[in-house]
Amino acid sequence: MEYFLRRVIFLIGTLWVAVTVNFFIPRAMPGNPVETMMARFHERGTMSPSAMKAITVMLGISHGNIFQQYGEYLNHVVHFNFGVSYTYFPYSVTYMISHALPWTLGLVGVATIFSFGLGTMFGIIAAMRRGKAVDGSLTILSSFTNTFPYFWFGLMALYFLSFVYHWFPLTGAYGASMTPNLSWSFIGSVAYHGFLPALTIMISSIGGWLLGMRNNMINALNEDYVLLATAKGLKPSWVAWMYVARNAILPNLTGFAMALGFVVGGSLLTEIVFSYPGIGYLLYNAVVNEDFPLMQGIFLIIVVCVVLANFVADLAYVMFDPRVRRGGAS
Amino acid sequence: MSVGAVAPPPNTPLVVKPRGAFREIAGVLWSNSKSRIGLIILGIFIAVSIFGPLLTPYNPNDSNFQDMLGPSLQHWLGTTQNGQDVMSELIAGTRISVIVSFSVGAIATFLAMLIGITAGYVSGWVDEVLSFLTNVFLVLPGLPLLIVLASYAPGRGMSLIVVIIGFTGWPWGARVLRSQVVTLRTRDFVVAAHLAGDSISRIIAREVVPNMLSLVMANFLGASTAGLLAAVGLEFLGFGNPSQLSWGSMLYWAQNSSALLEGQWAWILAPGLCIAFFGMSLVLINFGFDAVSNPRLQEESK
Repeated sequence: MEYFLRRVIFLIGTLWVAVTVNFFIPRAMPGNPVETMMARFHERGTMSPSAMKAITVMLGISHGNIFQQYGEYLNHVVHFNFGVSYTYFPYSVTYMISHALPWTLGLVGVATIFSFGLGTMFGIIAAMRRGKAVDGSLTILSSFTNTFPYFWFGLMALYFLSFVYHWFPLTGAYGASMTPNLSWSFIGSVAYHGFLPALTIMISSIGGWLLGMRNNMINALNEDYVLLATAKGLKPSWVAWMYVARNAILPNLTGFAMALGFVVGGSLLTEIVFSYPGIGYLLYNAVVNEDFPLMQGIFLIIVVCVVLANFVADLAYVMFDPRVRRGGAS
Repeated sequence: MSVGAVAPPPNTPLVVKPRGAFREIAGVLWSNSKSRIGLIILGIFIAVSIFGPLLTPYNPNDSNFQDMLGPSLQHWLGTTQNGQDVMSELIAGTRISVIVSFSVGAIATFLAMLIGITAGYVSGWVDEVLSFLTNVFLVLPGLPLLIVLASYAPGRGMSLIVVIIGFTGWPWGARVLRSQVVTLRTRDFVVAAHLAGDSISRIIAREVVPNMLSLVMANFLGASTAGLLAAVGLEFLGFGNPSQLSWGSMLYWAQNSSALLEGQWAWILAPGLCIAFFGMSLVLINFGFDAVSNPRLQEESK
């Protein structure tokens, strides 16, 4: 119970820090970006008074002192009111995010699940064949894919597979002539458009799972129960998959839960390269257009996802590993 | 470097004397085939970054060639939209990228040591606060945070990028180093130094840090790899200094002048490969450091 309580306190604490950081970044920067922003809006002169007010609140040109501003800001955040986007005026930040979020969740979510499954499996194989050619090539290959800039791989894939050979579309999440609906042809188009971005995410993240699982396996293979199982005459592959892997996968499972949290913010550059209409692309447009309310709203959403996933990961760990439960109670 | 250095036998706790620490680590690194390959690749990159200006086939600023040429014998990697030689840019840009990578690694590692060692050694409420801070920064998503910070920051440029990435890259290291310090703190030789009346700073400098040198180095390499990738990402988005030659700014210019649509794929391929090989060399060296701090991972045959 104490463990659970500590996790809840940490959850709330992290959320509070993130919100506060978000509040202070624009106010702590020298050169006062707020004034430049406001000047730009007066020039454009396209804002309604209420939109102006929303922006002033978001940017902190409230007439109260800093504590009143902070209170006002917290109140807005709790109600998911992030103000009005000025690139996509008159749409609210919340509206824009809610329309981009499903694309990112679908694309990166599916890619993360595949990457975790395959990476963990190859990690087990590499550890079983430790020191052999399979192990060597798998580890070298994954250290390579793990360290190249993933958007760069996306660019190369885009060039060779889409531009030169026309196997895949160049941009977007579905055919330009289509409207989103639940027909098979639309779903097919989504899968077709999502293949290359998903491949890019998988290629760049699979190595991490592989290397992590391999390390865990090697540590677990030295345990006494492995010696006993081998001495009993069980087949090495049976021991590896049914005994060792089940123990070694625990850290990877926690990592997986956390990775699901990073899904929302983890594919920024991929989405930008493929012009995929998800959160990352939206954030990019917000940055390019200096749309600060949208930028901050997206950042908060990303943080909330990560923190919640981290919380779930901690709880899941207790379910999977009784040792943590006992450690938390003492 | 002594090729014949013997790795310590497996399963003995690796407590090395301060003076021999560097030698011993170097020996294990060189005897591990993966980290040996990494050291060689890294050596090449460092040599190129030092002697780069002497090695470029043309002056990287010379824009008198025909623009957007594909790879040829005269221009191995083609030319840019301004008619500069891509190969020369790549070689000249190595220096900034290597410097950025290692500066970020150094800043992040220094902060990680400062925070991790303080939290682990002092303990009590200081530890609670610092550990909380570490865990919070650990879950704050990196790239989005960097983008938000960079868009609010006044001006643009490489030093800004280095500072931002360095100051957000310490949490992993701090967590690892803290737990190592916690286990070291109660070891006999630390307790003995304490009883002998050594000051805390002396104990940390002479007894604690030398015994986790491999962890510190591994953290430095990891932070440098992550730092280069983050810097390239930010530069690609236009937060860097586009007029300063680096692998990231090359990708920025290539993307902004539609190099791929013009068929100049080599302009994008080459910097990406360099980043990947540089990062890989650091990761390979890290395999060696893993082996130093965790003897179970050492290769048996050597």
